[in-house]
Order: sequence, then C-alpha cells, then structure tokens
Amino acid sequence: MGRNKILTGNEAAALAAKLCRVQVVAAYPITPQSKIPEVLSEYVERGELDAEFVRVESEHSAMGVCISASLVGARAFTATASNGLAYMHEQLHWAAGARVPIVMPVSNRGLGAPWTILNDMQDTMSQRDTGWIQLYCMDNQEVLDQILLAYKVAERVLVPVMVCFDGFRLSHTMMPVEIPDQDQVDAYLPPLQAPYHLDPENPVNINPVVLTDPLPGPDGRPHPGYMGFRQRLQEALESSLQVILEEGRLFKEHFGRSYEDPLYRYRTEDARLIFVTMGSLSSEATEAVDILREEGVAAGVIGIRVFRPFPKKALREALAGKETMAVVEKAVSYGYEGALASEVKAALYGLNGAQPLAANFILGLGGKDVKPADVCEAARRALAFSGPDEVPDRPIWLSNEV
Amino acid sequence: MATAIMDLPEKEYILPGTRTCAGCGLPIAYRHILKALGPKTVVTLPACCLTILHGMYPKTPVAVNSVNNTFASTAASASGLVAGLKVTGREDYTVLAMAGDGGTFDMGIQALSGAAERQTHFIYVCYDNEAYMNTGVQRSSATPAGAVTTTTPVRPKEQPKKDFIQIMEAHHPAYLATTCSSYPADLYNKFVKAKEIRGTRFIHLAVPCPAGWGFPTRQTVKMGRLAVETAVVVLYEVEDGRFRLTGKSLNMAKTGRKRPVSEYVAGQARFKKMTPEQVEAFQQWVDQRWERLLERAGI
Repeated sequence: MGRNKILTGNEAAALAAKLCRVQVVAAYPITPQSKIPEVLSEYVERGELDAEFVRVESEHSAMGVCISASLVGARAFTATASNGLAYMHEQLHWAAGARVPIVMPVSNRGLGAPWTILNDMQDTMSQRDTGWIQLYCMDNQEVLDQILLAYKVAERVLVPVMVCFDGFRLSHTMMPVEIPDQDQVDAYLPPLQAPYHLDPENPVNINPVVLTDPLPGPDGRPHPGYMGFRQRLQEALESSLQVILEEGRLFKEHFGRSYEDPLYRYRTEDARLIFVTMGSLSSEATEAVDILREEGVAAGVIGIRVFRPFPKKALREALAGKETMAVVEKAVSYGYEGALASEVKAALYGLNGAQPLAANFILGLGGKDVKPADVCEAARRALAFSGPDEVPDRPIWLSNEV
Repeated sequence: MATAIMDLPEKEYILPGTRTCAGCGLPIAYRHILKALGPKTVVTLPACCLTILHGMYPKTPVAVNSVNNTFASTAASASGLVAGLKVTGREDYTVLAMAGDGGTFDMGIQALSGAAERQTHFIYVCYDNEAYMNTGVQRSSATPAGAVTTTTPVRPKEQPKKDFIQIMEAHHPAYLATTCSSYPADLYNKFVKAKEIRGTRFIHLAVPCPAGWGFPTRQTVKMGRLAVETAVVVLYEVEDGRFRLTGKSLNMAKTGRKRPVSEYVAGQARFKKMTPEQVEAFQQWVDQRWERLLERAGI
C-alpha cells in the first residue's frame, strides 16, 4: 500500500495524471511546468499510460483539444503557467461554460512584462472569474493528492479544476511524496462516466447560440436562456464546496490524508495575529509563527486551499474575534490591493466588533525570495497599527526594492 | 468516379429551418457535404455563418452531432474530437472541422497549421465567402483586391487574396481539394473520396455571398459558376501530391473556353469601384495562376 518517493512538484503532477488514467493529454511547453508534459509523453511512449498525447502548437489549442476530447467522454488533462495560462484565457471561460471536467495543474509564475520565469500567483489569480474551481497546494504531496481529488470533484459537479502550485518553489523542489498504488486510485476514482453520448439517431448541437430568454424546445418544455446557463454554473460552483469537503473526507478513508477542511490551519486557536496566505507561502508563514511564538507573539496561519469556491463561512468562523490579520500574498489587483485581501475582508463583512484589523502585504513577486523573517516583518508591521484608521488604504510592499 | 445529381443519397441532414440569409451558398454545399459523410459525423465549428445555419438553442436543423468552439480553435477542437473518439473506441466517426475564411485564413491558421503538421485524421473545410460576413462584411485576408467591404469602405482593398490553398499544400496534407457550392456533384465526389483517406484532408469551398458581394439572391448558383468559368475559382484536387483538375475546370482546360473576369466583376456591387486597370490586373492574376495550374495538370 503506497510507497515513498522523492519527487519534484512537476513529477508529482505527472504521476498523479498517470494514476488518474487520463485519456487525452494536450500540452505546450512553458517554464516552469514543462516537465509535466515531458514526463507524461515518456509514460505514453513507453506504454505505461494508455492515452492520446496531442503535442499542440499553443496553450490556446491545448485547452481547445481538452474541451472537445472531454465533450466526447475522454478524461482530459493539460498543464500550463503564466503567459501560457493567460493565452488560454478565452478557453478557460469556454471550458467552464461547456461544463467539461478537465483538470489542469498550473505551476504559478509571474506574468510579463517584463519577463520573469519565476514564481508568483498573478497568473492564476487573474483567472479567478473564469468559472474554474481553484485549489492551491502547500507541498508536493498536496500536488499529487489534489489532482486525484480534482478529477473526483470535477466529474461530480462538471466544473473544471485548476490545481495551483508555486513554480520552482514546488515545481522544481524535491520532496518526499507518498504515492498510492494504482489499485487504490482506481478504487477512489472510477472511470469517467460521460454525461451524454454521441448518438447519430439523436444528434445534438453542443454550446450553440443561446438567446436571452428561455425558449420552448421541440418537446414544448422551456429551455434556459443565457442567464439560465450562467446561473447553473454559479450554483454548481457554490455546491462544489460541499463536494470538495466530502471528497476530502473520502480521500482520508482511501489514502489516510484528509482534505476535509478548505483551510490549512496552524496554531490559530489562541492566536491574536493570523497570517492569511495561499500555496507554499503557508509553509513560510508556519515557520514565521514558530519564530514569533518564541518571541511571545501569539501568531497563527490560515492557508486557503480552496480559493474557488471561496470558503467564506469557514473563514468567518476562523477569523471572528481575532485581533489582527496580515493577508500576505503574491499577486495584486492593480489599482486596488491584493485580491486575496479584498476577498477575505469581504467575507468578514458584517462581523461587527469581531472583525480583525486587516493589513495587506505584497511579497515574493517574480520569484523574490520570501524568508520567514519577511513574514515576521509583516506581523510586526501589522501589530504596530493601533486601530483600523492607521492601516494604509493600499497594500504594503515587502520588497526592499530600489 | 462521377456522380450525377439524381444519384445523390436522398437522406437529408439539413432539415427545413436554417437561419442563413436568403441566397446563401453555404447550405447548398453543406447539404451535399453531409450527404457524402453520413450520420456518423461530428462537426466542429467556430462562431461564423455556419453557427447561424445551425440555429439557436434549443433547436437545430442539422441532423448530425456538432460542437461549437472558440474562433481560433476549430482545428484544435477537431484534434480533441479525434483524440477523444479514439480513446473511447469510436474511430468510425468522421470528424469534420468547418470554418470560414476569417476563422481559417486569419485567426484559425495557427491551430490548423499545427493540426495539419501533426497529420491529424480529420477533414477541414474552409468555406470562403471572402470577408467576415457573419459580423457584417469586414475585410479578411481572403478578400480579393478591389473589393469594397465595411472596413475598406472608401478605398477598396488594395492587396490580393492570400494564397491560403498553397499554404495548406505546403503542409502536404493527405488530400487537398478545391470546391464550389455551385458544383454539388464535384463537391460530393470529393467528400466521398476524402472520407476514406487517412490523415489531414483540407478542402477549400468557394461560397458566393449575395449580402456581402452585392448581387441578387437568385443569382447565387450563377455567381459561383461564373467564378469557376472565369477561373477565379479553379476546381482541383491533390492526392498524395498528384495534382488533378476536376469537373468544370477540367472541362475548361480541355476546351480552352474561359470567360473574362470582367463578367464576374460586373455582377457584384463590391467591385463597383474597380477601375479598368484594376480589372485588367485581376485578369492577369487569374490568367497566370490558370497557366500554372494547366502546366501542373500537364495540359
């Protein structure tokens, strides 16, 4: 039952895809995810994975291949990062609207211009509103696990899932990963049951022009207009949180590791200061908490594992009554603040009197090193504010830049 | 192989109620394409005039399965259908990708070039009405020199049409053919042949557009015939690199009868601003290509 291997995040992602028995892979190279299609093409060429590997000429086409392969009932997989993800943008909307259960790991990387190949989260955060489920990973075990979980969830709710993990910090860093046996994965994830089949006797026109108002079909029943479809997508994402948590519990039964909490929590119970983070930054914040605790500061971490659907209720419960929160993040909604900060603050709206003071810190853009000391600095700055009026109305950049 | 109109299959895959404009050449061609390919066909199409033909949810007049996709990704979608059908054990389906000149000559060229280079097993049809007709007659790279469009409204397009068929031939597809909606038997034969060939099959389909070209809707078939009779459109096929004129074009090559381009130009409002010199330049362009093709055909 299972075995341990030392793997990079990219290797863990490729191995997860193989364990999920993906049937169609379409991918295009981009640093830092290129190793994923490289490893997968090796699996396919060696006959270890029975899949069609489509070596596409762009990310836009990679997603185009996955959408159509998925529509005819194949389990489809791709991976990308950064500008590749941005190039896919139109197709991401299409995939979600078409309700195809594609799973796509993204090794997070900053966007140009200017060019960087290194890590931040601007790429996936910019795709927040495309209708995809977004899961964020803290380590390489999570990369592997979340891809297994993602297919299970995607195929239950018919919403595509992005599994996000930090480029280089995870994609190129070797860590021990427990790898389940194929039998275990097969028991957890059955073959894809396509929601419909192509029948020449009953042909369908998939994703055609839809008018604004419902119209009767050939059977006389009213069929949804555009808003009807879009509302169903929203409702599917809303209901997917429960499904993610259910599947996270089931994951424990099968593999021994639980993902029944949408949040990673570290020493939050008695904390007066909470770091709110995502991805591998949660690990740095965890180290920072230990340092701060030694200095006598009761700090804790909340790492958001499930960003879409947004775990509003869990966050409200976890943050109500805390004194201060430092939202520490690697992406910016330019002209305002970090998107994570906006969202967490919005989730706490109405918690009168129990609302923590909120400070937003931007760090680690374009691979800028983030040390636990940097995260401690965010804590000290946040705790120095004596009231909400003292907190600047814009994010604080921790960058030591010229 | 020759098929007379009376020998075509009676089964229809386009039912009454298409939403194309009056006089559109596309449904004439599409009707015969689907007769040739049969019910086990999956069509993928971007947003284009064909989307309009396919109707609005929840009804469609088209009796084969179809998938709509984004504008630049028709050939990518087809690649996905081919891969998905293969891994689910349904290789008996024919994958038909069909996009207009904007979605092929312009925006779709990357995905099509990629799929053709990968020798993807599908039929790609570019139905060419020589402008962005669905969005209101804007210039595309398939628009011929001298044509007025809504984005060349004052000074007609100065550059000649992109020689996209040559670009596709440079990909060495398993089969390449040119067709015109006014010659359904020639078109039908080519699709019957294409269906049985493995690999990438590219078919260019010339489709007159009364709304965009400016001619009466009753003259669609006539305008397509004029295009071929003047050799503005030449019907041929390239199979395993072997070039062959077909149908009316083969006939013209044998008889030497070719009508002047001025007859084709005169019937269309889009060419109303062409000067005699420009018509002459168009004639020369057509003649030079015709001579090259005759030479390739060994005639």
